[in-house]
Amino acid sequence: MMAENAIIAALLVPLLGALGIALAGRVSANLRETITMLTAFSLVAIVWSILPAIFAGERPGIRILEVVPGIDIAFQIEPLGMMFAALASALWVVNSIYSIGYMRGNKESNQTRFYVFFAIALSAAIGIAFAANLFTLFLFYELLTLSTYPLVAHKGDEKSVRSARVYLGVLLTTSICLLLPAIIWTYMIAGTGDFTVGGILDGKLAGPAVGLLLGLFVFGIGKAAMMPVHRWLPAAMVAPTPVSALLHAVAVVKAGVFSITKIIIYIFGVDFLFAEPSSGWLLYAAAFTVIMASVVALRQQNLKRLLAYSTIAQLSYVIMASAILKPLAEIGAAIHIVAHGFGKITLFFAAGAIYTASKKTEIWQLRGIGRRMPWTMGAFTIGALSMIGVPPTGGFVSKWYILAGAFEADNYVAITTIIVSTVLNAAYFLPIIYMAWFAPEDQSSSSKPHGEAPFMAVLALTITAALTLGFFFFNGPVLELEQQIMQGVSP
Amino acid sequence: MSIVQHLSALQVVVPLLSAPLIVLLRPPGLAWAAATATSLMAFAIAIALALGVGNGNNFLYEMGSWPAPYGITLSVDSFSAILLLISTGASSLALLGGKRSIDTQVEASRQPLFYSAWLLLLAGLVGIVVAADAFNIFVFMEISSLASYVLIAGGPDRRALPAVFKYLIMGTIGATFYLIGIGLIYMMTGTLNMADMALRIQDVSDQSPILVAAGFITIGLALKAAVFPLHLWLPNAYTHAPHMVTVFLAACATKVALYVLIRFDFFVFQPNLVGHALQFAYFLMPLAILAILVASARAMFEPNLKRLLAYSSVAQIGYITLGASLVSKAGLTASALHIFNHSLAKGALFLSLACLAMRLPSLRLEALAGAGRAMPWTMAAFTLAGLSLIGVPGTAGFISKWHLITAVLSEGALGVGLAMVIVISSLMAAVYIWRVIEVAYFQLPLNGSTSVKEAPIELLLVTGLVALANIYFGLSSDFPLSLSTDAAELLIGSAQ
Repeated sequence: MMAENAIIAALLVPLLGALGIALAGRVSANLRETITMLTAFSLVAIVWSILPAIFAGERPGIRILEVVPGIDIAFQIEPLGMMFAALASALWVVNSIYSIGYMRGNKESNQTRFYVFFAIALSAAIGIAFAANLFTLFLFYELLTLSTYPLVAHKGDEKSVRSARVYLGVLLTTSICLLLPAIIWTYMIAGTGDFTVGGILDGKLAGPAVGLLLGLFVFGIGKAAMMPVHRWLPAAMVAPTPVSALLHAVAVVKAGVFSITKIIIYIFGVDFLFAEPSSGWLLYAAAFTVIMASVVALRQQNLKRLLAYSTIAQLSYVIMASAILKPLAEIGAAIHIVAHGFGKITLFFAAGAIYTASKKTEIWQLRGIGRRMPWTMGAFTIGALSMIGVPPTGGFVSKWYILAGAFEADNYVAITTIIVSTVLNAAYFLPIIYMAWFAPEDQSSSSKPHGEAPFMAVLALTITAALTLGFFFFNGPVLELEQQIMQGVSP
Repeated sequence: MSIVQHLSALQVVVPLLSAPLIVLLRPPGLAWAAATATSLMAFAIAIALALGVGNGNNFLYEMGSWPAPYGITLSVDSFSAILLLISTGASSLALLGGKRSIDTQVEASRQPLFYSAWLLLLAGLVGIVVAADAFNIFVFMEISSLASYVLIAGGPDRRALPAVFKYLIMGTIGATFYLIGIGLIYMMTGTLNMADMALRIQDVSDQSPILVAAGFITIGLALKAAVFPLHLWLPNAYTHAPHMVTVFLAACATKVALYVLIRFDFFVFQPNLVGHALQFAYFLMPLAILAILVASARAMFEPNLKRLLAYSSVAQIGYITLGASLVSKAGLTASALHIFNHSLAKGALFLSLACLAMRLPSLRLEALAGAGRAMPWTMAAFTLAGLSLIGVPGTAGFISKWHLITAVLSEGALGVGLAMVIVISSLMAAVYIWRVIEVAYFQLPLNGSTSVKEAPIELLLVTGLVALANIYFGLSSDFPLSLSTDAAELLIGSAQ
């Protein structure tokens, strides 16, 4: 019963927090930020309190109400969702610390609106993580899209409104045109949309239709940013950096790949898909996105856009890993959600810190910046190494598992893609690191001498950099959690 | 006989009798109060009828106790109950919240007449719904049409006059066509009672006059219901009418005509005419698709908000006819459900426009700049209702869209195409709603005026209430769904 209450609390606490923030915003900024931090801490306490039950093998669930006969709003926690919720809630704490530093440092307007919608977005992310069926997932998926729209359009100038239009356009189009029909189709043939161990479609669907349904799901979940539905992610980079960091490196995009992984495991069933040749295209499409996005990233001049394309590539890593359809690779996919989350949020924090301290946004401006901002660039270096997959960083662990899974399946497409993309990752991250630390500072362009970013921002990025390193050594609990997913799947 | 059995008659009698009395109430506040009280009473009767129907009661009422083929009968089933609820509900809420809006648009001396016409419109609409014979439907249709011409032209906007003239011409053609149709049927069968008609048509040796009658009735009612491409009267009529009249009309007027169209076809023609179900489907389905796509596209480029929503209504009528044109239980359920859900969404949208109109100089898109900050509650209601119109999950609009897509997908390959039409038009709805939201929330007012306040509290409360109803019925759709399912069973059951 405790875990059931915790589910409700985890959904309501951010919403109540949003209400509190909205009210406090009229009184004082300090009160508002205090409430944000309190909400973030309460959420993480609630979510993490459910962990022991999941480790013990329990699957707490709760039905809220029946919307239409057979279709209800219901929640159930399984290991994958638990991991996603734990990740998102924990990083929200760090991100809130960072937001305070960033938003104040840049004197952003409409800060109350920013914190309110941030909290609503977190509630939506938790809803996605704990959803027990496709309908509930879809409900919170759309809520996440809508609640992040004001965050992307935050600045309110012509450019951000236009980018926000792309953001909303792509995400709504894909979800309404592809995901919704896929969900209705699933309900029609299977009679249910509940996430079930082993899948619900076995025997209900066969032949090319399986590949088609998979395609509707994969491209319908635009948040996973698989090419060609990736355009919204670079567009979303106009948002303030904390939004890019938590939402567009962790909560929103991971909600996408998480949903795809969850659908592959609990709707299709890994064994069912493995036996069905028409689903094979997914691996190639994901591999294509990994390589193409990395190539595009090579050509970027703007730091945040580079990180956005790097994210697109890394998201497809996860999809490719789940498409290998081998237990080791599925575990790798799940771990990569966490490892990439730590690494990428660090990189975005660093990019935002650089912007706050010096207003620099382009890569060529970063020459010699390591000496001015050693903490920031140190964290950036750790994050970048994790993206490449160099030990001792978290990125190495997930890459190891994905490669092991690929070898187990004798899948040379996946192996080649991983190798090539590692080279490409190195090719776009290492020059930046080199420039920042070793190149002499360009005297003409840096008119304004600057030091480190505000303390709160530096604190946050140091924490996430430490997490990136720490994940290399302490990944046991996550592994244990994810191995539970594979129970009931033949090796 | 207990009072319960008289409810279906009282539903019409109450507004019809109060209407002439209200003309005598010269103080405008009093006229408003009397009209609101009457409308609320009608709403209460409608709720009682709907609950009764939900419990399996069948309300068949014989006026003056004359038995069916000879006397006038009234009947209320699940399908009628939905229409009664939305008509009386829209009227009551618009009156409750709209006093100050009407005060600004209709001069005090004419207000008793205005409220009287309002109640006549209400009486006409509910009369159409409860009447069980074709001729009384015609009579009530004329009452409601004449009253609505008066109401639309009742505002200060002179452009309403040409709009209403167009409506009058087209509405009269529609009513005449309908009358020709029932004339033909009367000639062949000698009856006007619809249930009786359905039985006697079988005995008619030459069916071609009946087929011609079906054509006249369908076209005539399609004109009244603004089925594309017969919708030309609607956008201007809605745009230039007083705001509260638009709220009332948009929520229910066209749907009542559609109700008669569907009822006539499924009860009278389809059981009797060979292959008529196919004719019905082939006629309405292309028109529905065109309505959905063309009217949504038109709305995307419309700068006047009232006309934008009016075009959106034409598209939404397309959804309702699309569901009916499937001639399946699932399709009809979706249609009936969408009649209910769309009136919630469109009602809330036009109510929030009425709120905006109280404070802003015009209802053109650019005038809304900064409204998100100046009138946060109004715009919140607009956004919620807009999401329902788009069909975002968690709102009423999603429920009907879900049922509609499920219904079309069970039609096989054709269904996939239809599902595409539905999702594409949902996106178009997202575009035209979002244009408004963008301007209201992210553009600064042109002259930087900060004098704009929130709308009057009673109007705001009603608007918020209807907007929240969109969420409520999006999460708990049992009540409208059970009515719609019953209605669909009834219709499809008699058609076979």
